[in-house]
Amino acid sequence: MRDNDGHQFGRLPATERDREVEGRPTREAVVDFWQERYGIPAATWGDYSFWERGSGKVWAFHGEVPSPARIQGLGMSVLRTDHEHWKPTTNAAQRFGGLATDCVIHLEEAEATAFLAGHDQEIDRWDGDWGYLVVTHDIGGEQEPIGTGLYLYGELRSQIPKGRQRDL
Amino acid sequence: MDDPLARYEPLIDDYEQFRATCAEPLPQVVRVNTVKATTDRATAALDDAGIAYEQADWYGELLRLELEKPGNTWPYVHGWLYGQEEVSAIPGLVCDPQPGERVLDPCAAPGSKTTHLAALMDDTGLLVANDSNLGRLSALRSNTERCGLTNVAVAKSDARNFSLKPFGGEQFDRVLADVPCSCEGTVRKNPDIFDEWTLDHVHGIAGIQKGVLSRSIEVTEPGGTVVYSTCTFAPEENEAVLDHVLGEHDVSLVEYDLPLETRPGVTEWDGAEFDGSVRKAKRVYPHLNDTGGFFCAKLEVHA
Repeated sequence: MRDNDGHQFGRLPATERDREVEGRPTREAVVDFWQERYGIPAATWGDYSFWERGSGKVWAFHGEVPSPARIQGLGMSVLRTDHEHWKPTTNAAQRFGGLATDCVIHLEEAEATAFLAGHDQEIDRWDGDWGYLVVTHDIGGEQEPIGTGLYLYGELRSQIPKGRQRDL
Repeated sequence: MDDPLARYEPLIDDYEQFRATCAEPLPQVVRVNTVKATTDRATAALDDAGIAYEQADWYGELLRLELEKPGNTWPYVHGWLYGQEEVSAIPGLVCDPQPGERVLDPCAAPGSKTTHLAALMDDTGLLVANDSNLGRLSALRSNTERCGLTNVAVAKSDARNFSLKPFGGEQFDRVLADVPCSCEGTVRKNPDIFDEWTLDHVHGIAGIQKGVLSRSIEVTEPGGTVVYSTCTFAPEENEAVLDHVLGEHDVSLVEYDLPLETRPGVTEWDGAEFDGSVRKAKRVYPHLNDTGGFFCAKLEVHA
């Protein structure tokens, strides 16, 4: 087994049997994660390749390049897998969270504004799983994901990165 | 030079109007990012938020906003809008990339053209966005991610020596060389642009432009398209650069349509004569369409 090189993009192994880099998540596990927790169909990722750069940071790329790729960016960082509970990024929640059927919490406008500003808030109506949720609100006549929230003990904690927080 | 724009009086038939428009500020413009939202949905969200806008008649995805900071709105937060100059949509439309193609944006940061190209490609194929400056690359990456793009590979190199190696060694179908320039055409947005202007700088940057365009041609496959654009008026940085590569490479300029009022490329400047085909390039002067200034040429690469 090799160690992960945090300065280059390495393709995720298809399955556990194909793993060559210590601790690297598999493509199978990533696709299953979206399907099992959020109900995002596995077919969504058919044309995507998955990559790791930085410890446990998973990127989705809508195509192929040779691995390893010593470049600055490859598609979108979609997932952090370096802790026990995997965490979808804000960008992945915005782009793919609309496909989710589970673990989606819908906010009223005042709640959505507070969430975007980075505030944690008491929300006692949620009776689904705890952990990372896709957070949505209504805009332009439809429901739309804003980002990822962490729900624990009756509280929704905003995970919007500082640079993306806005006080509207 | 006290008044660099005065150099262009012989090129412009309604020079007084040109100068008057250059002194006026530009409206705030955003482009709808169709990877994440349709124009109808984005405008519905603006309507709901009570934000007034006007669609550009030549390209409906461009919206002129009566708003100082479009960044502080829900549609922007969702990555539905990208703030840019109206004329910055020109080279992407001329490049006309198709879904599934291999496309290079060699001078990509901060990303108005990259994000437009990706949208035109339906976020498929391979779009390589290259820049030489790490700080600008960081801005580029945050823009591509906010726009939800997944077909972009970001590279850091001097565009004059761009390497195909990380991308399997295969050439590109299209390249959009929107090169660094003296930015005279942004005067309505940056009235101080001429404080630092020198003819030496124009000549120096023209050397870089020739290097970038030459490399762009070399990494394009035969039959492929290279678009060359600047936001400046100086013929040294425009037609003279085209004239140079026409002499060095097996390429030709091609005609293209653009639903804007334009003027053809100039064939004579400051005692120099250029290949007659540079007339196929288009000059956009600010007073013609009430925009910034721009220059754009489309080239076909031969075997």
